[in-house]
Amino acid sequence: MTSATRTLQIHPDRCTGCKQCELACSWVQTGTFQPSRSLIRVHVFDEEASFAPYTCFQCDEAWCMQACPVNAIDVEPDTQAKVVIDDVCVGCGLCVIACPFGTMFFDRGSHTAEKCDLCADDPACVHACPTAAIEYVEADPVGWISAFGEKVDAGRRDSLKGEL
Amino acid sequence: MLKGWTGTLLRVDLTNGNIEREAVREDWARDFAGGRGIAARYLSEEVDARVDPLAPANSIIFATGPLTGTNSSTGARYMVVTKGPLTNCMTTSNSGGLWGPELKFAGYDLLILEGRSPAPVYLWIHDEAVELRSAEHLWGKGVFETEDRVKEETGFPDTRVTTIGPAGENLVKYAAIVNDKFRAAGRSGVGAVMGSKNLKAIAVRGTGAVEVADPAGLMQAQWAQKHALTQAPLTSEGLPGYGTLALMNVVNEHGALPTRNFQQAQFEGAEEISGERLVETRLQTNKACFACTIACGRVSKVSEEGQGRYTLNTSPRNWREATEGPEYENAWSLGADCGIDDLDLILKANTLCNDLGLDPITLGATIAAAMELYEDGVLTDKEVGMPLPFGSGEALIALTEKTASREGFGDLLAEGSKRMGDALGRPDVFMGVKGQEFPAYDPRAIQGMGLGYATSNRGACHLRAYTISAEMLGVGDAEGPESPVGKGELAAAFQNVSTAVDATGLCLFLTFGVGLDEIAPLMAAATGHPYTPAELELAGERIWNLERVWNMQAGITAADDTLPKRMLEQPIPAGPTKGQTSRLAEMLPDYYAARGWSEDGHPSQEKLRALGLG
Repeated sequence: MTSATRTLQIHPDRCTGCKQCELACSWVQTGTFQPSRSLIRVHVFDEEASFAPYTCFQCDEAWCMQACPVNAIDVEPDTQAKVVIDDVCVGCGLCVIACPFGTMFFDRGSHTAEKCDLCADDPACVHACPTAAIEYVEADPVGWISAFGEKVDAGRRDSLKGEL
Repeated sequence: MLKGWTGTLLRVDLTNGNIEREAVREDWARDFAGGRGIAARYLSEEVDARVDPLAPANSIIFATGPLTGTNSSTGARYMVVTKGPLTNCMTTSNSGGLWGPELKFAGYDLLILEGRSPAPVYLWIHDEAVELRSAEHLWGKGVFETEDRVKEETGFPDTRVTTIGPAGENLVKYAAIVNDKFRAAGRSGVGAVMGSKNLKAIAVRGTGAVEVADPAGLMQAQWAQKHALTQAPLTSEGLPGYGTLALMNVVNEHGALPTRNFQQAQFEGAEEISGERLVETRLQTNKACFACTIACGRVSKVSEEGQGRYTLNTSPRNWREATEGPEYENAWSLGADCGIDDLDLILKANTLCNDLGLDPITLGATIAAAMELYEDGVLTDKEVGMPLPFGSGEALIALTEKTASREGFGDLLAEGSKRMGDALGRPDVFMGVKGQEFPAYDPRAIQGMGLGYATSNRGACHLRAYTISAEMLGVGDAEGPESPVGKGELAAAFQNVSTAVDATGLCLFLTFGVGLDEIAPLMAAATGHPYTPAELELAGERIWNLERVWNMQAGITAADDTLPKRMLEQPIPAGPTKGQTSRLAEMLPDYYAARGWSEDGHPSQEKLRALGLG
């Protein structure tokens, strides 16, 4: 990740579950209000009394990109967003299977894959959110997500040692 | 067809299982704006006003507005329109949550349900695929379990369900229809109408789109509206901070909080059941309805002391410990009106109302009336089956359950306080209008509210003319709450505007921050019809008059536009509003004049012609 990259930062504690982000996203995709076509989804965790918007966080490994047999997913140079090139995509759905986060979608209308492309560096969901639960911020290499990543990595190293 | 509308209504004849799609009448869509309006138009066209509300000849209509399912702040609402068994009037009962928008996404503006199914069924709408399914196995189940099971049966966790509980099945006169477990079309017994049709639930999953006429215009109007909502104190701080329960302390301090069946107007325990106390001790998070940028909903837990005593059972799957609410109205009816100051107990009773499918306002008010009769010696332990003094939480919980099942004394409570009072020879304990109980504002202390109650088309209601906004809360100008001056015009104007908002598919709480000036551009951009604020207000007036004419055909007269004797003759005994009574007789002629109605409350032919109803 380059230092200039910005990323969507999500604060579940601020989310009220209103779905304005889904409406904004579907608006960008279709010019209509159609939450079923939104590339960001609000997940409701009833037992925790908590709501969380959830979308592609443009992971470095990008399994969607690696799985694509026709190289229809490319990295947008300015934002580092992984974007689907519609006229290259053949609609095989492998990327949807490959994504471990469930944030690749498939549109049965156009028969192509769809994913968050950060709206060309100006995400509509961020503007729509009334409680700033979604923010578009400079990626923080020493923030909680990288600390979390290190913890996961350490755990993986430990478990690998055990296997070896 | 106008945009914003899907253009299609679904008509289901439950008697023979016929399901048909029909084009929505565009002229009605335009003139009646949507939701409450167009549903009232269809009902008045198709159902005889003199129908028995619980007979198959009554229809029940679920209607969205053109802004339902759009990103307009609060575009979540749907309206249930039918003849209500509590009031014998046309009732229009509104709910938020997620169900209404889902119906639009499935491709339908309205559902018209007719007849009576020979056996319990639920309706399953999955885009174009619509079917009636057996609900034999769900009959008798609560709202929470029904929603969970229907979701499982449809196979989609994001299916939205609106359902009745046992109260609706047992034809309790004030049974509610509850969607998303905690959002209710609560008043006038719409749930009993659904129960009378053997219709348990309506499940919807929609993957389609709501299209609008002027996308750029809509975005601009929505930004303006959203911004205005962040600037107004009530929509930016009051409601998100404390929910509707923010009102408890405000109304109590004013001396307008009805207490112990309106025997007093201040409650010594108000602080304990206030929004501030809920936030300090029990609030978990805010919860928004669809597209709402206010988010007044409360997700709450009983306090640590309350655990065990008031353990909530909102399972099978949802909110294992937390529940939603209480709203101000419910905390008042189950609290102050019954002399109860325990917020845990109120949460428990409120959750029971959601699960059993009861309107907490009428339930609490009916139990409060029974408590008064008990303290007067008219009712004894023998009839009630337990002691029933004011303040008895045990009785409140037990009788809530008995009412839903119509067991023992619950059978009489299930009729509401008017019929109960009549049956026991004490009609004076009924605190309401046209058979429906008052909400949480003493009409003696706030004159405009009294006039609004008396003239409401669905019986006493706070949502038809919330003049308190202008009289007490500083939204707009009006004479103070103690004055009857100018209240006729004020109530009529509030009724027209509120009715218009109800028709759009937006939530009335918007009006704490914006008015028709902000809403008209949304409607124009969504539909493509150039609605102006004046045209929307006129649509509100048209709908109001249509409801009135239908109600008069049903047997309502000017004599029904009144308040109980206690409000008219018995002054508030103490507190800042001591000595006040309702000055309805001074206000009512002004109101009829403002409406262009005759002195005996009939809409004039001239007025009806001007509205296109003559």
